[in-house]
Amino acid sequence: MTRPRVALLAIAALAALVVWDAAAVGLPEPFRFPAAIALGSGAAPSGAHCTAN
Amino acid sequence: MILRRLGLGALGLAVVAAVALAAGPQAGILVAIGIGYGLVLEGLRFGFAGPWRLMIVERDARGLLAQLFAIGLVAAAAFPLLAANPLELAPAQAPIGTGMILGAFIFGAAMQVVMGCGSGTLVNAGSGNTIGAVALVGFVGGAFLGTLNAGFWASLGQLPLISAQSVAGPNGGLWLTLAGLALVAGFLIWRAAPGKRRPPARLFVAAALLAGLAILNLVVAGQPWGIVYGLGLWGAKLVTAFGADLSTTAFWANPVNATRLDQSILTDVTSLTDIGLVLGAFLIMRGKRDPGAPPAPLALQGWMLVLIAGVVLGYSSRMAFGCNVGAFFSGISTGSAHGWVWFAAAFAGSALGLKLRPLVLIPARRQGVAA
Repeated sequence: MTRPRVALLAIAALAALVVWDAAAVGLPEPFRFPAAIALGSGAAPSGAHCTAN
Repeated sequence: MILRRLGLGALGLAVVAAVALAAGPQAGILVAIGIGYGLVLEGLRFGFAGPWRLMIVERDARGLLAQLFAIGLVAAAAFPLLAANPLELAPAQAPIGTGMILGAFIFGAAMQVVMGCGSGTLVNAGSGNTIGAVALVGFVGGAFLGTLNAGFWASLGQLPLISAQSVAGPNGGLWLTLAGLALVAGFLIWRAAPGKRRPPARLFVAAALLAGLAILNLVVAGQPWGIVYGLGLWGAKLVTAFGADLSTTAFWANPVNATRLDQSILTDVTSLTDIGLVLGAFLIMRGKRDPGAPPAPLALQGWMLVLIAGVVLGYSSRMAFGCNVGAFFSGISTGSAHGWVWFAAAFAGSALGLKLRPLVLIPARRQGVAA
């Protein structure tokens, strides 16, 4: 299989995951979007990081 | 070719705009940062696993020195930012422990087997490398499985959290980190073969761009660049779709993780940069006049072993509190002592992984001959 075809499959799988997930749990409420930039927002980070258990 | 590249640029912008409309401006910016990572890593051929292999096999220190340079640049900005904004910005710090060290060693071995680390696997998948794409499937599964046993690996014993800041304060911690990087760089230069000690300009440019993106990542997301958390979340989302109840597991019962599981992937900052990274690598590959030949096909057992190695890669990265990005790059650059221990353990594991690679990447023709 060629590189473009494999890459397209990977992108399609990711897109399918995002669309399926949005259909399952919904998209965030527009009026509850987080601040565009965390620095200066006054909000704490989510804490969801690889280093957290 | 120019039209194609313009089209690819428009595609990238369209994805950023669509994500911003769907999940807010922060989400759009983070996908753009992720695309930037992909463009730099694939476009300027900046990697992690490859340079480690070159250092071990050919005593070529250039790629690894560029990595240390990038980490130092991020640290120089991240330490003061974290010190001045402790409520809004968080470092990538984790405790050193038995499971963590073992995980880093195994991760180092597995990343040499599949020829890609955390970021490398995403880049490889996005640029159409079949081995990377198969390993990514395993990585998602392994990163999820690792969340189920996180408590066990922590119970094997771990030290309290140690950071450069806790040892020497914010300013002293930065100097301690930079001194540590300089010490390792000096050792590498001493050990490197003649002519393989000075990184080319391409790697310095890539390191500077990557550092700029990582600092932006911290400022926009409130936390440093990571890879593994997003992949584990994708795995968790998929198993819950098949009816699994993860609320009984310690990791997913944690309110932080339960919230991510209940909400859209587009609200998870790590997933956003992961998605962008794959897309950025794709844009570079499609923008080339010649996208390059695909890797040589493997025998069926070779593909199965790559998938298993991907699972090991994901699982071990959870044991180790991150991969080459979350633990090594972001850990060291934000002061975590575990990043340094991760580096040593994963580097030792890489030496083993290079010996295992031929046993895993079994070419299709060898199977044909045997048959």
